[in-house]
Amino acid sequence: MADALLRLDRVTKSFGALRVTDAVSLDIPRGELHALIGPNGAGKTSLIHQLSGSLASDSGRIVFEGEEVTGLPMHARARRGLVRSFQITSILPRFTALENVALAVQSRSGSSFRFLGDAAREARLNEEAMEALALIGLAERASRIAGTLSHGEKRGLELAIALALGPKLLLLDEPMAGAGDGESEALVAILRALKSRVTILLVEHDMQAVFALADRISVLVNGSVIATGQPDAVRADAQVRAAYLGEA
Amino acid sequence: MQDLAATMPATHVASPPDRMRLIVPAFLFAALALAPLLGLVGAERYVLALFTRCVIFAIAALGLDLALGCGGLVSFGHAAFIGIGGYAAGILTASGIDDAFVLLIVALAASGVFALATGAISLKTRGVHFIMITLAFGQMAYFVANSLKAYGGDDGLTLANRATVFGRDLLADNRSFYYLSLALLLGVYVFARAVVRSRFGRVLRGAKENETRMQAIGFNPYPFRLITYAISGMTAGLAGFLLAEQSEFVSPAFMTWQRSGDLIIMVMLGGVASLDGAIIGAVFVVLTEELLSGFTEHWRVIFGPFLILVVLFARGGLLGLLTGRRHG
Repeated sequence: MADALLRLDRVTKSFGALRVTDAVSLDIPRGELHALIGPNGAGKTSLIHQLSGSLASDSGRIVFEGEEVTGLPMHARARRGLVRSFQITSILPRFTALENVALAVQSRSGSSFRFLGDAAREARLNEEAMEALALIGLAERASRIAGTLSHGEKRGLELAIALALGPKLLLLDEPMAGAGDGESEALVAILRALKSRVTILLVEHDMQAVFALADRISVLVNGSVIATGQPDAVRADAQVRAAYLGEA
Repeated sequence: MQDLAATMPATHVASPPDRMRLIVPAFLFAALALAPLLGLVGAERYVLALFTRCVIFAIAALGLDLALGCGGLVSFGHAAFIGIGGYAAGILTASGIDDAFVLLIVALAASGVFALATGAISLKTRGVHFIMITLAFGQMAYFVANSLKAYGGDDGLTLANRATVFGRDLLADNRSFYYLSLALLLGVYVFARAVVRSRFGRVLRGAKENETRMQAIGFNPYPFRLITYAISGMTAGLAGFLLAEQSEFVSPAFMTWQRSGDLIIMVMLGGVASLDGAIIGAVFVVLTEELLSGFTEHWRVIFGPFLILVVLFARGGLLGLLTGRRHG
């Protein structure tokens, strides 16, 4: 596993007496879709926050592409290709869907310290943004104000924004949260298509989706990883069944 | 699909459609260009002085709107920049240097440096803390100006003469001075509009709307805000330079916190983040103050309730009322 894209080494975080992340070590190789599951309050989102840089760990190391990123802020990690989506939709509601994505393209193409020229009319930015929207099936919604999109469309827009950044690793925090049945199926299809292009760490409650998509699964309980392995192995793990799937 | 994307004008709700984008400013600048005609019926000196004041405060309000409206940076210390621009002109003139270009460059540099230094610290904070820290820096500048014994202390400083252009006193004429100020306002307005629509401005607007989202796509809002704050401060510094030159006088009264509040009122009243609104608000406040203070020295008693009504019922400010749109 020397070529792990992302390596967590005993990452630990406490809020007071509560240890939300307890010496988590994990290797995610390039190309893998790794799912992180666990009951509510297991510390999944806290871990995503630490990986993306919006929450500082107390100890441990986070290594991305062989370089330590533990102390880097979120924007610096995003520039390196460590890109996240949010559990609670985070978009620019008063910008159009296209501009939401075009800003992501702008972020990785040239300097943004340009004071002249109409950014909204930069064809190259808009074209690439349009491609990302089309990939998610939102091309027709491009000129809509993002805040007026449906919940499922907003989830898709988040994904399009993340993709437009050309990520090396996507941290997806419950991309299906709140999506309807049909929307969930569409998202699963999109993620399946993405699998071959980008490494993904997926936090998700929808077990059908997780077992359909994941190459490997880690189970987080009370801040610790209690099992990591192939979906079948994890499903059969007695400890996992006891702690998580609620069987004695 | 790609051709469609290339030609699509990605619209943004905060920017009105193209047609409207030009009507309001065209009307505003035409009205300001014609305003001196009011002087033909008499009291030209008074009319020019009054409208020059309108134009100068419109420049300062435009500067504040860039930071406050587009960047979400509610600065309560912008009068300090007006004072710094004014004192740069006053102190240099007192030292025998009265070339307009030198004065202007020093005024812009001084207000820019003050903005960078105070902004670098203030921008570490958010919300109410940012308001309070900019107020504190503003008050510091005010008390420093008060203590400048060599330059009149709290009495202020009279300029021996207006600035000269290549040794000639082109600015001595009030009409020339008015149109110079108006040309500078137009320049600032065109520049501000370009900035708002540029790549830089889009990041700035995005960070105002959702800072976390902007960080997640790789932008650190801090340098964008700091540069905006500096541009904003220099614009107010330019207004201060003009104000000192117009009245041939500068005093600590230029930089009271009440004046910082007036600038915020101008921006809010006119319509925040619209740029046009800043000009409308500035002209409206200066004219209303002039008109009402003719009736009573307690003119704010009348102005206050009016302000409350506009803020409550016209969220797009006066511009929103005029165009039937709400910027919110």
